[in-house]
Amino acid sequence: MNLLSLLEVALYFCFLSLLTVGGGLTVSSDMNRFLVTEKGYLTHAQFTESIALAQAAPGPNILFVALLGWQVGGLPGAILLQIAIVLPSSLLAYYANRWRTGNLQTRIVRATRTGLSPLAIGFTLSGGWVVAWGAAVGAGALAGLPAQVGMGILTAVTLVIALATRINPLWLIAFGGLAGVLIL
Amino acid sequence: MTPESAPGPKSLLELFLAFTSLASQSFGGVLPWAHRMLVERRKWLTREEFVELLAFAQLMPGPNICNLALLLGARYFGWRGAVVGLLGMLVLPAIVVVSIGVLYSEFSSVPVVRHAVIGMGAAAAGLIMGTAIKLARSQSKRWLGFGVLAFVAVGVLRLPVGWVMLVLVPAAVALAWQFEKP
Repeated sequence: MNLLSLLEVALYFCFLSLLTVGGGLTVSSDMNRFLVTEKGYLTHAQFTESIALAQAAPGPNILFVALLGWQVGGLPGAILLQIAIVLPSSLLAYYANRWRTGNLQTRIVRATRTGLSPLAIGFTLSGGWVVAWGAAVGAGALAGLPAQVGMGILTAVTLVIALATRINPLWLIAFGGLAGVLIL
Repeated sequence: MTPESAPGPKSLLELFLAFTSLASQSFGGVLPWAHRMLVERRKWLTREEFVELLAFAQLMPGPNICNLALLLGARYFGWRGAVVGLLGMLVLPAIVVVSIGVLYSEFSSVPVVRHAVIGMGAAAAGLIMGTAIKLARSQSKRWLGFGVLAFVAVGVLRLPVGWVMLVLVPAAVALAWQFEKP
């Protein structure tokens, strides 16, 4: 791919960056439309696998953009698109936070803090719920209803252990991987 | 009585290494690991402070966990801390992810690999929900109804986050405004 087309994609990702309220995956459907349907730079399967891999690997899920960039334009593509998706939103967050910390005692900032904290918890719970569904549906498609129920039980067991103990999460993830191999 | 948070990182290098080590072991989503490292281990933040920063990180566009790294970095070292926090969260994991991508294109046809990835996803989901429940314990019961609403709207009904925020954020802030003293 030539540099000009790469810059065009990067510019579009800069725009999407400002729309990623609630995380990078919220704009993934529009990235798919742009890269796969409109431009034909990637196949649908390449796109979906990039997201799945970034979720399975350690680190922020937004790194699926580096994988997309790698497939679109090699190393320069990976670096350029990753910067494009993170930089504009980061600048906004930084300056908004400066204003916020300068006005911590004002009524509006205190009210924002009290009002938004429960929402943050609700959105986090939603994130887990959606991942649980994805895993259960994926297992169901591979090995039928018992596997789907099995994944649900696996999620519930992990939840209980995570709440009841201070075990290193790595053990729970490894246990999940093993259970996946045994159940499916 | 609210517990105080411990003093933060002493240098930009310590900040960078803390986020790099956090990000590179965070299988199954960074948030549970961030809570474990920042609140339970290093105690840089109390649970209340963590929820508060997370709430702001979620309100702003951008990946929540990157915003969290940026905000925490800025809290200790201004704009330099913001840049270093963000880089710590992204650089090494990006190299790892791209390497895994190259490897996966070789091994994706092996069923065991796919089955393990699905099982890891199911376990990761339990971890993420566990973190949400731990955080909820630090909140006053009065406001948790909004958390339940947010969960039903986004998690169960799968409504777009942006639209849900457009409705719930003003409602929650307006109600909280009534209870805050001027």
